[in-house]
Amino acid sequence: MKRGGSISIWFFIGISLLVNGLLIFGAGVYELLYPPEKEVVLYRLHAGVWWGAILAVLGAVYCYYYAPGKGRS
Amino acid sequence: MLATLALLDTQRLVHLSTVDLVIIVFYFVLVLAIGFYLKEQANTGEDFFMAGREMTAWIAGLSFLSANLGSLELMGWAGASYQYGILAAHWYWIGAIPAMLFLALVMMPFYYISKTHSVPGYLKLRFGEPSRALSSVSFAFMTVLMSGINMYSMALVLKIVLGWDINFSILISSVTVAIYVALGGLRSAIFNEVLQFILIWAGALLIPILGLIEAGGWSGLKARIASNASAEYTHLWSTLGKFNDNPMGIHWTGIVFGLGAIIAMGYWTTDFLVVQRVLSAKDLRAAKMAPIIGAGFKMLVPFIVILPGLLGLALLPVKLVGETQAIATGGHSYNEVLPLMLARYCGPGLLGLGITALIAGFMSGMAGNVSAFTTVWTYDIYRALIKKDASDAHYVSMGRWSTVVGVAISIGTAYLVMDFKSIMDYVQALFSFFIAPLFATVILGMLWKRATAAGGFWGLLAGTGSSVGMWAWVKIDPSAIRYVALSPYARDMAENMYRALWSCLLCAIVTVGISLVSQPKTEAELKGLVYGVTDIPSEGYVAMLHRPWFWAVVVGAIFVALNVIFW
Repeated sequence: MKRGGSISIWFFIGISLLVNGLLIFGAGVYELLYPPEKEVVLYRLHAGVWWGAILAVLGAVYCYYYAPGKGRS
Repeated sequence: MLATLALLDTQRLVHLSTVDLVIIVFYFVLVLAIGFYLKEQANTGEDFFMAGREMTAWIAGLSFLSANLGSLELMGWAGASYQYGILAAHWYWIGAIPAMLFLALVMMPFYYISKTHSVPGYLKLRFGEPSRALSSVSFAFMTVLMSGINMYSMALVLKIVLGWDINFSILISSVTVAIYVALGGLRSAIFNEVLQFILIWAGALLIPILGLIEAGGWSGLKARIASNASAEYTHLWSTLGKFNDNPMGIHWTGIVFGLGAIIAMGYWTTDFLVVQRVLSAKDLRAAKMAPIIGAGFKMLVPFIVILPGLLGLALLPVKLVGETQAIATGGHSYNEVLPLMLARYCGPGLLGLGITALIAGFMSGMAGNVSAFTTVWTYDIYRALIKKDASDAHYVSMGRWSTVVGVAISIGTAYLVMDFKSIMDYVQALFSFFIAPLFATVILGMLWKRATAAGGFWGLLAGTGSSVGMWAWVKIDPSAIRYVALSPYARDMAENMYRALWSCLLCAIVTVGISLVSQPKTEAELKGLVYGVTDIPSEGYVAMLHRPWFWAVVVGAIFVALNVIFW
């Protein structure tokens, strides 16, 4: 939803997913390189890496598609 | 703020890393930024209280659902599914979907065409000022109490899970909600609810995915539950033939008629907290589509709420117990199943997002209550009963101040709940006193043109009064449950269902009886308010994929299929 020249809610959501995704992806890669002493269950799946990447890509797509000035709502 | 959070992070269920704290702080910064950004778009009453009535179906629909994902929703129902099994999913399926579709297809046209600002506003148009006064005062009272309970629940969760100080949690969450709702009004609440909805899914979805991998899929999960508890825990309907055949102590008639036909209908179609979101839709088609979109997502919520509870029952090495026993023994209570599952699978970053999902859930519930309170207070109490002819700017200013005051009262309620924990039970009961009879009043008002102002008012009063009476009767004499809930084996849940059913029926009977002996309004006066004398605007020619009826049938078919699959 947006009103003349304003920012779409989907852009804010894109920002949120992008930032959170990058932080989670970064933390996941760090854990991959430096395994923690106490591993979570299913650590071998490295959920942080792929879940962070999915969120970041989704967020980037939303940021691009709903960027201010593109006229999408 | 990071340093403060780190200091508070002492005794806890899970341990947060720096990246987790950054994610939580980023969430608070973003919701405040949205509030400040939207301040410029909340200058008129229509903007502040109704979000300019320009929301798309998707935004109104997601917000409609998100406003309900508040009070203990995520953790409470995850705990309930650990305790009662898949029976808890009834509150998401039969306890929501038919009512949401009914709102979309039958009731929304009347709410929307009447251009009312609120549900009490509709009662004023249909039944007159006394009915509006009764419903608006009750609703305003309930919403601030519920907001306070949300606040206390969140603070308690953050204390148990993260070891944070309760006062700190109440302060930070209430100030944040007050700022973004007071600045941007309903538009800000809705924007943040949509953001919170996405974050809840992003943070909670990994638990069922990883849990199912660990359990060996659905069949593996069922086998483990059969071994750890009982095979009955994974059946939705087959154990409901007798009260004492299922862990909830409930009969299928209570679920179908009490929950599905009365409580759910009352909540999803007349509780202004959720209806307000749909009233903000940009046109009638969007207003009809919004609850259908909400219903589609509501059917999926058990995936992130009920399934984690079942996974906890199957996989957790510790046995969870009731709240009282947990306090006495130092163990974990049912309500902690979701954080325990988070801690089981989520490393740094993912844990922060999961905790953010929990905080977002509580804050969306709190903001939903506060924004609904603000509208009802300003339009249905202050403007109707105190100051009738002020300027639009005056009412917007009142809306902003009442947001702050509403939050302040909620804080008071949060501390009241802290000292008198049984108040939480009483408030839940009070809420049910009002919602079930209100459904009968509104639906008769919309569908029966003979219903009169006197019938509507006295019916509502009689329904509410009888509900209070039945509740008090069982409190004084617990054996009375055999009459109220039709069985001595019935438990609290069943009592709530049947009390709602009887109070709704009594409200309907009194409304009909008094209406038949009192003077009805003319058809001209009822235009736009009642079925049969209202021209529903044509949607014109739209493709099948854009028609509300088409999507309602799709959602309805999936709803039936889910009930059959998990029978």
